Amino acid sequence: MKVALFIPCYVDQFYPHVGMATVALLEAFGVQADFPEAQTCCGQPMANSGCMDEARPLAEKYINVFRDYDYIVSPSGSCVSMVRNHYDHLVAEGDRVAVEVRQRTVELSEFLLQVLKITDVRGKFPWQVGVHQSCHGLRELRLGPSSEVMAPRDSLLQQLLGGLDGIRFSQLSRRDECCGFGGTFAVAEAGVSAMMGEDRINDHQQAGTQVLTAGDMSCLMHLEGLIRRRGVNMRVMHFAEILAEAMAL
Amino acid sequence: MAHPALADAFTANRDRARWHDRALWFVREKRDRMASGVPEWELLRETASAIKQHTQSLMADYLEQFEARAKELGAVVHWAVDAAEHNQIVLAILQSHGARRLVKSKSMLTEECHLNPFLEQNGIEVIDTDLGERIVQLREEPPSHIVLPAIHIRKEEVGECFHEHLGTEQGASDPKYLTEAARNHLRQCFCRADAGLTGVNFAIAETGGIVICTNEGNADLGTGLPKVHIACMGMEKLIPRAADLSVFLRLLARSATGQPITTYSSHFHGPQPGGELHIVIVDNGRTEILKSEFRRSLDCIRCGACMNTCPVYRRSGGHSYESTVPGPIGSILTPLQTPEKHSSLPFACSLCGSCTDVCPVKIPLHHQLFAMREHLDGKRLIGTGKKLQMKLLSAVFSRTWLYRLAGSAARLALKITPRFLLYSPLTPAGAWGKEREIPAAPPKSFRELYAARRAQKAAGSSGDRDSR
Repeated sequence: MKVALFIPCYVDQFYPHVGMATVALLEAFGVQADFPEAQTCCGQPMANSGCMDEARPLAEKYINVFRDYDYIVSPSGSCVSMVRNHYDHLVAEGDRVAVEVRQRTVELSEFLLQVLKITDVRGKFPWQVGVHQSCHGLRELRLGPSSEVMAPRDSLLQQLLGGLDGIRFSQLSRRDECCGFGGTFAVAEAGVSAMMGEDRINDHQQAGTQVLTAGDMSCLMHLEGLIRRRGVNMRVMHFAEILAEAMAL
Repeated sequence: MAHPALADAFTANRDRARWHDRALWFVREKRDRMASGVPEWELLRETASAIKQHTQSLMADYLEQFEARAKELGAVVHWAVDAAEHNQIVLAILQSHGARRLVKSKSMLTEECHLNPFLEQNGIEVIDTDLGERIVQLREEPPSHIVLPAIHIRKEEVGECFHEHLGTEQGASDPKYLTEAARNHLRQCFCRADAGLTGVNFAIAETGGIVICTNEGNADLGTGLPKVHIACMGMEKLIPRAADLSVFLRLLARSATGQPITTYSSHFHGPQPGGELHIVIVDNGRTEILKSEFRRSLDCIRCGACMNTCPVYRRSGGHSYESTVPGPIGSILTPLQTPEKHSSLPFACSLCGSCTDVCPVKIPLHHQLFAMREHLDGKRLIGTGKKLQMKLLSAVFSRTWLYRLAGSAARLALKITPRFLLYSPLTPAGAWGKEREIPAAPPKSFRELYAARRAQKAAGSSGDRDSR
């Protein structure tokens, strides 16, 4: 099985330790993943701004860079969703390679649970964890049950972390409301964005969250920025970092 | 004004914005409880979506069938290509009866057509009889929500408004007292009305009947007393069969307000004895939407659930959209009609997708909002600054060497720039830093750490733990 890592541009630049935790985690489960050096960005910022002509070369680049791999694994539900769900308009219809690369692009928790089918994760994490359900992972990749839909579904993230010794989960009053990051939205609609983030943090505080986690660093970048600005005492970690720490990798 | 400026003004009053958010979240939670009580909820949504898409695909046929059946029942059917024609038709009907006073139950279509000011200019007294609509009418402002028109107004403010207009006691804010005052006032309006106007929730092609859903019974009072009933509908209100109604009535009120059904679901099959029923079917841009990639936005049954769940709507208020239909569905429908004026609406959205999952007819709302952004870019309406920024970003990301260089430079800049400068609006980071801290720049990128780890491994070193 030939596996490639797709590390989102902002994780590459600002959260390298999240990428390294992903590497360590995959190695711990016996997967040596390549990091194709030519990769940059999936094109989501341009596409979300309506600029498809500007996103297109990046989609083409992505398909090209990752064409020879069986799986492309990324610690970001949002970027994976961009590739899987929104490349339709960007790559030629009927391009078999593009279709396959898109299908083989998977989010980290999907890869661990659905491809590697790991069943028990052993480790210790004696903290109360607040799970932020990042929207694109939740409602575009269906990595968990969304509160609007009346059909049962397992949460992959909870499944991965739930077996760790000592871990407790926060009970939130709004279990999957958006944090207000939204890419350029965070700047274009700064007031609403900040209030959304503030409300999420308040919810986690009342629930007693000690460690705030998610499947997307972008949400956490926004929330951490607000947490630091407000001087709130809460650790912010990607779930790959929690697993790496718990498993002492 | 663009959405962000109006939204910032709304959120600036945190207490009020929070109160507004909670009021709507309460409705969303009621909806969740109601929906979870229906085991076949998701099947109902699927079915409703299929019925709507089927109907839109045979729109012309169903419209003709509806017209023929409605006429057989004795209704007069009018066709209006746009808002102006709609308003003229309504005015002509009123004038032909010498009607001076009109009572209306809720109709978003007449809001869309700006019927009230048009009729008032022509000497007709128009009274909105839905309680929320009456409140905003007295305050001379537009509704802020399609189901809960006065959701942005606190009960104390309703008390002030009623004190001024209806003579209630000063300082009174008891909902029961105020509602009773409104009820007595509206009863007088119903009694002296010359004609009644309603919207239409569902028009049934098979029977020629129309169905109007209210909680206050005001559609029934408004059409039962006067002899002339004018029902105005957008052409997308059609459903094929009476049997289909059961699907929609089960979804509508549960999605809208978390009730099992609206208090009144009134069926009109032709005029009342000795009266007249006029049905005005309006296009006003709908045919164009039907031809476009946004056709599924016409499936909307106006339940308002997407507004109640939208984290942006709840915190920015309905008026920030400056649109008859606000929130997610409005941010699709309105820019289709007036793209220049409403180009900021599709961006008043974090693409969280909650609207899509809550929608009872499964309109892929957030995907349409995403597509609408591209649509606006095609019209050169996303702003030259943003366009330029995206061109630049795309050029950088297209070249790996340039991206690496830019990344290192950015991290260095974050490290060495003094805080006052970094957080000033002059720097690109400053826009982010206005509301929150900028992430600390690590000395090395992931790709550098990864390469080092690889090199270390290749050199046979066993100490490969220091990378974190």
